[in-house]
Amino acid sequence: MISRLSAIALNTFREAVRDRVLYNLIVFALLLVAGAPLLGQISIDIERLVLVNVGLSAISLFGVVIAIFIGIGLVSKEIEKKTLYTILARPVRRWEFIVGKSSGLLMTLAANTALMTAGFYAALLIDQRHLGRADAGLLIAVYFSALQFLMMTAITLLFSTFSTSIFSAVFAFSLFVIGTFSEDLRNFAALAHGITKWFSTGAAYIVPNFASLNVIAQVGHEQPIGGRLIFFNTLYAVLYSAAVTAGAVLIFERRNLK
Amino acid sequence: MKRNSTASVVAVVMLLTMGTGAILALHKVETVRGQEATLEEVLYLPSGKTLKRISLGYSSLLANIYWTRAVQYFGAQFHKRTPRYDLLYPLLDVTTDLDPLLIPVYQTGSIFLAQRPPEGAGQPDKAVELLEKGIRENPEYWRLYFTLGFTHYLDRKDYKAAQEAFAKGSEIPGALPWMKAMAARMAERGNDAGTAIALWQGVYEMTQEDSVRDSALKHIASLRVDAAIDELQQRVQLYRTQTGAWPADWSDLVHKGLLPGIPVDPTGEPYELLPLGSVQVKDPKAFPFLGELHQ
Repeated sequence: MISRLSAIALNTFREAVRDRVLYNLIVFALLLVAGAPLLGQISIDIERLVLVNVGLSAISLFGVVIAIFIGIGLVSKEIEKKTLYTILARPVRRWEFIVGKSSGLLMTLAANTALMTAGFYAALLIDQRHLGRADAGLLIAVYFSALQFLMMTAITLLFSTFSTSIFSAVFAFSLFVIGTFSEDLRNFAALAHGITKWFSTGAAYIVPNFASLNVIAQVGHEQPIGGRLIFFNTLYAVLYSAAVTAGAVLIFERRNLK
Repeated sequence: MKRNSTASVVAVVMLLTMGTGAILALHKVETVRGQEATLEEVLYLPSGKTLKRISLGYSSLLANIYWTRAVQYFGAQFHKRTPRYDLLYPLLDVTTDLDPLLIPVYQTGSIFLAQRPPEGAGQPDKAVELLEKGIRENPEYWRLYFTLGFTHYLDRKDYKAAQEAFAKGSEIPGALPWMKAMAARMAERGNDAGTAIALWQGVYEMTQEDSVRDSALKHIASLRVDAAIDELQQRVQLYRTQTGAWPADWSDLVHKGLLPGIPVDPTGEPYELLPLGSVQVKDPKAFPFLGELHQ
């Protein structure tokens, strides 16, 4: 089972890194980070903050975009190209296919995040001439972005199991946007009454909460991020992704591929 | 092959001519719309709070962009020497809605707002509003109380409010003991050059921004010259009391033992002694803030 999963994951990773879209996005993100010091120069007293905000936002946003653009084709492309039948004709279970694909995309995102983080720290080093303790704290925001990618990968894969590429992209991006408003949804639920309250509370727990995973402003201002937040965010992201991936497996197991 | 190369040449020519034409047309569009049209649109359509909601969590990045816009707007108006800074406060307000922890916006932005035109917007009440918002969001940051006291003292001439600001700031852990002394000085003296110099010295030390530091140095130099002129005029008056006549030049005062030598301003130029005992600098442009304490 492990060998089958790793074979699918590695093939997905290889396929993804050959994708031009990935390189275009990474190059664009790195250019953005490289250009950040210029933006800082024309502002006042916030040179480092501009670099931190641009760098961390680029890592987060481009990671999400990459997760969506590559994730939407993971299942649907295999169906369109008929390669899925070849894979499933072998002793590969459907759930192994889904979990393998998800792992491959996560490997791609991990490599991409590592590359962009290295570029970001290189820009910081060039700008400040040294790296300090406050700069190490920025890694928490990068880690939270990685948790965000974990959830987005699962979400994109879920839509990819029953929808076309275009619709998967639309659904995944919409859920990302809704996820950034999840705390507003919770506030709305707290103020609502009756069935609206039940419905909005349910929705607030079902949609992903991306608001708590965005700590760019806090780390930019060198505010401490508590260990409990790191632990519970990690727990939430892992459990949510596992639940959504399980949903994707359920749908894919029942899907008629004939 | 030949067909392809013809197409390429046509494409290159089109790219260059059409591209240049588009740039020229855009230049015309900007002229017709006015330089501030885009700024006004981005400013008034969404409020800071709306912008924060639609920023998808990247509000601190957006705040950096808005602060840069505010700095550029101030710079543009400053170079035009225009007395109108209508968009400055709304820009600063949006910026601090997006990122309430962005301290430089409160500190430098309030100085931009408070100074008299054309050096600033001449809106000290708005500067106070911005600083009070900054203090609400960052109550532990005592330097904002300093800037608030500074604005009340120098720009609003409200010495009681200035005293309160310095006193409150001095109670915050980590505040320099100097804040307490400043609060006491506010109570004792209004329109005092020494106090004003100390305040501008504080601004100079707290900011990294070159234009603000440059302005602080000019204010300090102007205040010193103001104090020197007051002192010289008193000595001229003393000479008149002693001799019954106005001095013809500085050497009269030197010979009388009222001055150690010919007095010079910070640029090294001698002060000018005018008939009827008034004193002035040779080049008033070198000290753009002369007499501001008495205005």
